[in-house]
Amino acid sequence: LKPASPPLAAIAVLSAAVLAYEILLMRLLSIDLWHHFAYMIISGAMLGYGAAGTFVALLQRSLLPRFSAVFTGAAAAFGVTAVVAFLLAQRVEFNPLEMLWDWRQPLRLVAVYALLLIPFFCAGTCVCLSFARFAQEPDRIYSSDIVGAGTGCLAILGALYVTSPAGALQWIGALGLVAGALASGSLRVQARWLPMALLGGAAVLFVGLASQWVAMHPSPYKDLSQTLAVKGARVVAESSSPMGLVSVVESPLVPFRHAPGMSLNAIAEPPPQLGVFTDGDGPAALTRYDGRREPLAYLDALTSALPYHLLERPRVLILGAGAGADVLQAIYHGAREIDAVELNPQIVDLVEQRFAEYSGRPYGGHGVRVHIGEARRFVTANAERFDLIQVALLDAFGASSAGLYALSESYLYTVEALREYIDHLEPGGVLAITRWVNLPPRDVLKMFATAVTALEAQGSVHPAQQLALIRGWKTATLVVKNGALSAAQIVALKDFGVSRSFDVEYYPGIQASEANRYNVLERPEFHDAALALLGSEREAFVASYKFNIAPATDDRPYFFQFFKWRSLPELLALKEQGGLPLLEWGYPVLIATLIQAALVAIVLIVLPLLFGGAGPSSNTWSRARVTVYFAAIGFSFMFIEIAFIQKFVLLLAHPLYAVAVVLCAFLVFAGLGSRYSRRVAALSRTSRIGPVGRAVVAVGLIVVAYLVLLPSAFRALLPLADIARILLSVALIAPLAFAMGMPFPLGLASVAGGAGRLVAWAWGINACTSVVAAVLATLLAIHLGFNTVILLALLLYVLAAVAYREYR
Amino acid sequence: MSRMNCDSLWRMLVLLLCALPSHGARCENDYAAQRQRMIDDIAAVARAAGAESGKPTIASGVIAAMAKVPRHNFVPADQERFAYDNRPLPIGYGQTISQPYIVALMTDLMRVEPNHTVLEIGTGSGYQAAILAELAKDVCTIEIVEPLATEAQRRLREQGYGRVRAKAGDGYYGWEDCGPFDSIIVTAAASHVPPLLIRQLKAGGRIVVPVGTAFLTQHLLLVEKKTDGSIVTRQILPVRFVPLTGGH
Repeated sequence: LKPASPPLAAIAVLSAAVLAYEILLMRLLSIDLWHHFAYMIISGAMLGYGAAGTFVALLQRSLLPRFSAVFTGAAAAFGVTAVVAFLLAQRVEFNPLEMLWDWRQPLRLVAVYALLLIPFFCAGTCVCLSFARFAQEPDRIYSSDIVGAGTGCLAILGALYVTSPAGALQWIGALGLVAGALASGSLRVQARWLPMALLGGAAVLFVGLASQWVAMHPSPYKDLSQTLAVKGARVVAESSSPMGLVSVVESPLVPFRHAPGMSLNAIAEPPPQLGVFTDGDGPAALTRYDGRREPLAYLDALTSALPYHLLERPRVLILGAGAGADVLQAIYHGAREIDAVELNPQIVDLVEQRFAEYSGRPYGGHGVRVHIGEARRFVTANAERFDLIQVALLDAFGASSAGLYALSESYLYTVEALREYIDHLEPGGVLAITRWVNLPPRDVLKMFATAVTALEAQGSVHPAQQLALIRGWKTATLVVKNGALSAAQIVALKDFGVSRSFDVEYYPGIQASEANRYNVLERPEFHDAALALLGSEREAFVASYKFNIAPATDDRPYFFQFFKWRSLPELLALKEQGGLPLLEWGYPVLIATLIQAALVAIVLIVLPLLFGGAGPSSNTWSRARVTVYFAAIGFSFMFIEIAFIQKFVLLLAHPLYAVAVVLCAFLVFAGLGSRYSRRVAALSRTSRIGPVGRAVVAVGLIVVAYLVLLPSAFRALLPLADIARILLSVALIAPLAFAMGMPFPLGLASVAGGAGRLVAWAWGINACTSVVAAVLATLLAIHLGFNTVILLALLLYVLAAVAYREYR
Repeated sequence: MSRMNCDSLWRMLVLLLCALPSHGARCENDYAAQRQRMIDDIAAVARAAGAESGKPTIASGVIAAMAKVPRHNFVPADQERFAYDNRPLPIGYGQTISQPYIVALMTDLMRVEPNHTVLEIGTGSGYQAAILAELAKDVCTIEIVEPLATEAQRRLREQGYGRVRAKAGDGYYGWEDCGPFDSIIVTAAASHVPPLLIRQLKAGGRIVVPVGTAFLTQHLLLVEKKTDGSIVTRQILPVRFVPLTGGH
């Protein structure tokens, strides 16, 4: 029996499961490993989709007649392998930290790829085969495919609120089996018992396997694993959400004494603490507070206490409240009022509810208000001004993207962000930012450069009068005043440094002999750099520095990107001397990911050509034309999608929701656009630019309008309620995505008309280039900014429109 | 015969040779040769990095100690064949042993004299304690992870370093009974230097703290307690690296 129509429902369910799986893998691998490696592994695994294109192209003669059986089998196999492959992959003893020494590690990484590639390969086979089998209906298939994917993206977000990542993994497996059951039903597979058997299997997975089978195996080098190796240490509370797995650890025998960079002169010991880990990284300290001030004295021995010695009982805004250390510091110093912003409600809940007795509920104290939300938006949308804005030492998690990309975008540390902060200071108020001290200096200098640039952008005539920098042995605190630092403040600053053995590296009027006295570096690098960054030779200094310390901007929000190609040979040569810590990992991992993705993609695209799987060219579509067209739209779709996710992070003010909402809207409306593409094709018969040309013109007009209008529109819209901003975002994305959904089905339909056997190969090209494009987009954004990525995408769309040929 | 737990063909071959009576001595010799190569590596790296660490070479006593201590007996069996490579190694429980050059540099910075009493926080494999035992009169070492502590104590005993005083526990308060110390090394990750350690340090004494993450030591913190009791710290990059182009 030949199926009359494509199994649209099964395709939608399967695509939903695949996208959910992709997002879930990011969670799972972030818990087991670290997120930039997670990103690398997922990019590799996604090539399974491309491999499916190659597989179907090569074997279509034998696969197409068995469509029903292959589709059903592959869908079910996705369900099974989604679970099994991950469980096996985490049994592979892959330790990315040993990659550069131990030749076994790259082999183990390949094993991880090979395992995780399998489920993507299975799902890709279903989808690609559907396009090849029902070549006349790419619009309907594509529509089901990506509307399903868009739904899956929101569904996994919801699922992660109600179940653990391991639970969600099983649900995704169950969905794969459901897709198989749907397919076997609608395709009338002969084995009548099959749908019921698959649904039975799905039910088992949905209810859950034994927990020891699906237990997580985090790397022993994760902070949490190391902590739990200490006798008596145990997890006393755990809460999981799409924002992360938060674990609270109690260590009664060897207490946490978290006081990063505490002055060596200090004699105070921190009070009892619980360690709070997010995805096994940390800890942040949840400190016992009984309302007495004295036990908090250690908080005055940190560099971040400096602003409290420059201001009298300030009104404080803390960005990144975490488990409360900065709030306690403000309480200790008698802050008049404290507003604290924290992104992750789980952590606030732990402090205020679950461990209320322990924490003393600092967020509920007199004059303290805690706000759950994103720090940048809180500042921008707030009309109030503060005496002190304290940016806590939380590192990437808070304001960075949920981790879909190798290097964390951070909108907390850009030039625009610092301008916002300074704008919200009272006259004479202070912005204080504490960072880790890295040697040779990197992020402290970038922060200093960012502050200088922000002050200049604000029209400050003498930024040098407004800045001060103090350095301990582990942390440094930069102070930016709204106004010139007074003589009294400079005296207080020096006293603060002397009494704690912190080095004063910069203040207006500093003498070289005052810097680098307590924590002695071979050269006074911080002091020299501060002077250089304030002087006329700033650009030359930034250019000749061996790390990238040019300020981050909203268009290139990569504060944590310090890597310079120029320094790579020197750093690699220093490997024997222990120079590798100087290498910033994120960027090389990104490059490695790009290279491996590109190489595999090329092989996958070329293979069918060599073995006759691509099928013969037609007079309308040569193989070269197919390659150019489907590669171009693969790249441009991904570029625009990724760049707009980042643009909307600022409006939606939440890295995770921005990704979910924007991705979902893009996919769903592109799916609708796909359904509409046939009509556009019919309407465009007489038009000179053809249907793809029309779609591309629409994309171009919308994109250019957005590039011009969105920045100011977003500022105006930020104070609106969450739901309003979400709806507005969806409305803004809808027309763009609608137009972007057309070129792919239009191309496939035309190829199918002229050269049917090319369809599977064309699909594979698109799948492969999409993976490469996702990685390349990040790389380009780092160097050129997201606006350039968008403009590049437009050029590629024009290329696609030119390459397009209508089948007549 | 802990070397029997090998995991590769290469290792098997070597072991087969070792199993033959006439080759047994050659295997220990083989490790001695590897150790000598490691020492040469360290010396070469130290010369290259000299300007940065402020010292042209590692003191000869430290080199002699490292040439003597059988590092391969202080790492897990499956890491033995890497023992003399100039790289950090995993020792289980998420802990690592520093690369030999860093061990040499840290030990050198401690300026250990034969009459010294030294303290180590973070025994790990016991290798650093063995090196210190070659140089100092008394060595006390504390490990927070109990199984590691037990294993290290066994190794130290077996390798003839039974006089090293080792215990499992919390290093935050130092080891009052063992002190005061001429120098202290803190290889355990710590967010700050415990105040009591400074108190247990003799005037003129030194504390060395590697700062970094598992496998990667970013820089070394050297705390010096002056004779008047005041504290000066230095931060030392193990490598010669000038962050400014042309900024020599």
